[in-house]
Amino acid sequence: MRLILAALTLTTFLTPALADEIWVTNEKDDTVSVIDVATQEVINTYPTGERPRGLTFAQDHSVLYICASDSDTVQVMNPDTGEILHELPSGEDPEQFVLHPDNRHLYIANEDDAITTVVDTETRSVVAQIDVGIEPEGMAISPDGKVQITTSETTNMAHWIDTETNRIFANTLVDARPRDAEFAKDGTELWVSAEIGGTVSVFNVADQSEITKIAFEITGVHPDKVQPVGMRMTPDQKTMFIALGPANHIAVVDAETYAVRDYILVGRRVWHMDFSPDDSLLFTTNGVSGDVTVIDVASEKALKTIKVGRFPWGAAARPTSN
Amino acid sequence: MRLYPIIIFAAAAAPATAVEVNVVYLERQTVRPPVLSNLDERPEDLGIAGARLAVEDNASSGKFLGHDYRLDVLQVAPEDAFDPALLGDADLIIADAPPADLNALADARPDALIFNATGSDDGLRAGGCRTNLLHSTPSDAMLADALGQFVASRRWEDLAMIVGPRDEDAALAETYQQSLAKFGAAIESEKIWPFDADLRRSAGAEVPLFTQELGEYDLLLIADSADDFARYVPFNTWLPRPVAGGAGLHAKGWAPVVEQAGAAQLQSRFVELAGRDMAPEDFGAWVAMRSIGEAVTRTGKADAASIRDHVLSDEFELAAFLGRPLSYRGWDGQLRQPVPLVTAEALVAQAPLEGFLHEVNEMDTLGVDRRESECRAFDGG
Repeated sequence: MRLILAALTLTTFLTPALADEIWVTNEKDDTVSVIDVATQEVINTYPTGERPRGLTFAQDHSVLYICASDSDTVQVMNPDTGEILHELPSGEDPEQFVLHPDNRHLYIANEDDAITTVVDTETRSVVAQIDVGIEPEGMAISPDGKVQITTSETTNMAHWIDTETNRIFANTLVDARPRDAEFAKDGTELWVSAEIGGTVSVFNVADQSEITKIAFEITGVHPDKVQPVGMRMTPDQKTMFIALGPANHIAVVDAETYAVRDYILVGRRVWHMDFSPDDSLLFTTNGVSGDVTVIDVASEKALKTIKVGRFPWGAAARPTSN
Repeated sequence: MRLYPIIIFAAAAAPATAVEVNVVYLERQTVRPPVLSNLDERPEDLGIAGARLAVEDNASSGKFLGHDYRLDVLQVAPEDAFDPALLGDADLIIADAPPADLNALADARPDALIFNATGSDDGLRAGGCRTNLLHSTPSDAMLADALGQFVASRRWEDLAMIVGPRDEDAALAETYQQSLAKFGAAIESEKIWPFDADLRRSAGAEVPLFTQELGEYDLLLIADSADDFARYVPFNTWLPRPVAGGAGLHAKGWAPVVEQAGAAQLQSRFVELAGRDMAPEDFGAWVAMRSIGEAVTRTGKADAASIRDHVLSDEFELAAFLGRPLSYRGWDGQLRQPVPLVTAEALVAQAPLEGFLHEVNEMDTLGVDRRESECRAFDGG
């Protein structure tokens, strides 16, 4: 019996690639934590540059891009080893970014400079810099790659950028302090969260008109503390999960009716989230409590809390099982 | 008197229907009371730099909307008489001025909208309130209540207080008394600051003996409106006790140690612009200018009446790096804002503290609430 157990342990140890992973940036620890989706435990912690925030994988998940905000660079990490392979020019204070569907160009929000920087990850050079509003943060790109959205927190706008010309072609006002932007329903809708406004605006991408504005109300939580930040749409395009910051809940919104179906209690000051590669679980980063909450997508229930580093900020999934 | 402009024009690509927003910053200079320390230089652009930063912030929306912002600065020297006519026909005014001048300006210019960006005097917000005078900085009552909530949350019930020799110190002490009574604490012993010697050399010898007579207490409050002597008290008290008010733990509208809720961005933009830390006066002026900008952005109008209507409406909310949307009280024109409680090195707490509840807005647990207000001029009152 003892021998079999030992053999099992050894097998697990030798083939970590059998498990899917969630990667989390720890803003105040200068690390990324790697969570094993199967065991829901932290299996690795790798050092990064200073103040890591946004993170995203290349389409084949062979490299991880990390916004190291206070190091003023985007780092490229080998996710198999945690080694920093090289750094990309990013402009000052990169906070959040989005990878173009061409798998080559990164659109980076430079929070301190009111600029969106476009970087070619192959030539490792800056292709364009676009003037946007003050404190750009939310970054999204349409599925066809034609429209890039930058939201600016102090200017309270979503800037619509034509990726062929790298020029702004429209600006839409949203409520105070927009934080995140997500395309939905095959790119026909754009959702923008406004942290201080406490709302999420939904736009028709075709003409940039506002379709609706979603508000939130949680029993026992003061409205001022309901501060929407990160958002993620289920692959069936039917449900949007929205992190509500210091309200410590995730809102579950029916994407057909725009009605809030439920609120899920998670850790303190929930920022961002990502689905497991099989889309069955949702992992949320809880900044103040320094942990990650695991939510079962089907039942919309919180299952477990996983301790990570200080101030977990972003989350990105990496399939390793196929 | 000195007048100079700060102008930021919209980008050339902006829509043709331009809106021009002209704001005057009035600095009515006064002679400050003498203080012991030689280290407290008043920055020449105190307050003004905050308004300048907000003009840049406003212009960042304005350049996409065709809104131009212009800020003129009018400085009136202490030896010159103040005359509201100096402001010409300016109808959007951000003011750093004593209460009497603010009231004179408000009365002379009923068509103008004036933001009091630096003055904490409660009288301005009480019976003598003016409907065209809004306050973008916390009142003394709000600051005292922030301390009062902290004292209550720590369960410090017995307090001692040292009060400075000036009339303003006595008034501040009275404000502290009322606030503490509201939150269930009491000042058991109180002494007037008697020293007219140079305490910088003798505080270590004099203050222990002076504070020995205060008896037993949990916290020592200091009412020192001119920021003169309080700094010599901490660590020189007879009993090892914390100090608050004029030294130690301060309640302030803003402080360089505020960094949460994205505040680090505002601080670094300010330091880049002004080459120094952001003071409460700068923040009050920034809030005033941003309030104007927010109203112009949302309404597309730049006249005083439209801006006042929007700023006082339920729709108005300003993101100001304090974690909650700011707005103005409909009964006295006072800005609702969280109040940081700070030491020189860190944010200790931010009022309203957890557990201090209010039926409408928790920020209204700070300062004078609708029911208590003596201001009758506002229709929202």
